[in-house]
Amino acid sequence: MTTSDTATTSDSVARARVTEVLRANADAIADRWVQLQLEQAVLGSDLTESELHEEADALVAALAAALGGDVPVQRLAHGDQDLNRIVTDLSLRRARGGASPTVTSLAVLALKQALLESVRGTTGESDGLLAVALLINQLLDAAGALSFEVYVEGREAIIHRQSHQLLEMSTPVVRLWRQVLAVPLIGTLDTARTQVVMENLLQAIQDDEALVAIIDITGVPTVDTAVAQHLMQTVKAVRLMGADCVISGIRPPIAQTIAQLGIDLSTILTRATLADALAAAIKITDAPGPDGTDGR
Amino acid sequence: MNGHPSAGVPILQLGDVLVSGLLNELDDKSALAFTEELTETISSTGARGVLIDISRLELIDSFVARMLMQLTTTARLLGARVIVAGMRPPVAITLVELGIELSGVETSLNAEQGLTALGWHRAARTPAGEAR
Amino acid sequence: MTRSHAGTTRAPQRAETVEPASDSAESSTHPVASEEDLLSIRHAVRAATLHAGFGIVDQTRVVTAASELARNAYVHGGGGTLTLDIVRRLGTTGIRLTVEDDGPGIADIEEAFTDGFTTGAGLGHGLGGARRLMDDFTLSSTAGRGTVVTATRWNNRRAP
Repeated sequence: MTTSDTATTSDSVARARVTEVLRANADAIADRWVQLQLEQAVLGSDLTESELHEEADALVAALAAALGGDVPVQRLAHGDQDLNRIVTDLSLRRARGGASPTVTSLAVLALKQALLESVRGTTGESDGLLAVALLINQLLDAAGALSFEVYVEGREAIIHRQSHQLLEMSTPVVRLWRQVLAVPLIGTLDTARTQVVMENLLQAIQDDEALVAIIDITGVPTVDTAVAQHLMQTVKAVRLMGADCVISGIRPPIAQTIAQLGIDLSTILTRATLADALAAAIKITDAPGPDGTDGR
Repeated sequence: MNGHPSAGVPILQLGDVLVSGLLNELDDKSALAFTEELTETISSTGARGVLIDISRLELIDSFVARMLMQLTTTARLLGARVIVAGMRPPVAITLVELGIELSGVETSLNAEQGLTALGWHRAARTPAGEAR
Repeated sequence: MTRSHAGTTRAPQRAETVEPASDSAESSTHPVASEEDLLSIRHAVRAATLHAGFGIVDQTRVVTAASELARNAYVHGGGGTLTLDIVRRLGTTGIRLTVEDDGPGIADIEEAFTDGFTTGAGLGHGLGGARRLMDDFTLSSTAGRGTVVTATRWNNRRAP
């Protein structure tokens, strides 16, 4: 018998033992876990005790089921679908509830203590306890890492959604004149923001049958190549709809930057101020048609 | 039948302006058939303007975009000005992101403005034919 | 003469691993073998985007990308399949398109992404354009063994 065989055997014995304990003492372990979480008392979220119990029961059951399979312990938390989903849900619930990331990871790691206590309580033989402890550590450390990972991504998703909502609010399209709309942009322009601006502006153009859209960038601190490209895209989309676009509020330093970057805005109608842009826009809407008839 | 594949897209003649509208369902074959039919109609009627209403078109991919651009060029060579009217906002955004500007293609917000730009109400009073 | 068949090995292999389908909730595969198929693919993709709660602009982006990719497979790849998955990631829903063909493969991937590059009908905006319309995009192609494109767009609308 080689050493690795010994290791494999003691591992599988440990695994069977932990699985057995999880099955036999499911309720006790779950209760103890909830108790430990409540003792940490810094949940910081609005999870009720009954929700915690529900969560605990599900997790303990999933752990037992997952250990009963043959996926290696280190990969169970990520690889076992049920277990993965339960840990993910658990973290997301805390992320949404405003719990700190530490609390979220500790919640999962507290299960370690509950489980170890339970194993120690059920067996007289201390042989192989080390292997059991190792196994529990491997399993729940991975689960803890997963929960942390999910927590961070979950918070990011929330931030993303909130910033999207903020974008919607921060890019109002206003009607300045008959058939003339304006979007005063304030702050940095990035891809996401440009997309929201474009969507809102184009929809407003269609709803109002506007002929000219003014994009005022007085409040945009810097213009780099990406921002200029985003502006160009918006102008192109407006033109595809059959309307015209005027960009106003290009301050001298920005004009210099644009020139230095070699960005070609020559096909775009630009004006120094919003007032000038409005005058230009009114002229466009009043302009006679190309065949000499009045445009209106 | 030969030389007249039907796109199932009606082409109306109003004075010296042709008016047509694409529906949301436009497969490649119909698109090609439409191009052919419209080109023939321009040449046979001597139309000076063509209005293509696309307000019901839910999607323009690079194939349909190319069709519209070629149609515009062909019509121009035959002496007719094409206006593509009523592009939906999502379609416009998607086209720009695809990298397509429909360069050379004139657009208008809706069919009415397109027809006005083509001088249709005036043309309706003048006999067609004294074009250009 | 280890490089004797150099003429057929020009294709750079940029195979990126496609995430396992374990997170996929719903999946359907559609043939890309005729022009009619292109139409029914658009319908299927539109329905999936609606089902996933996408806004109208995102719907249009995904359907257009699917149309470009399917046409590519049809025209250049001699046909293939488009697999449509509704995927979930942390409370966000996404649409994943996987387009496979058994065609000659793409000789120069960088070139194929260049706008204006085309070897067939269309404007040559197919691949590069589709990439811009989607959030995640991977392409792998082996000369003589076809092309696989995987493209995902995530729904960024706030949860209902």
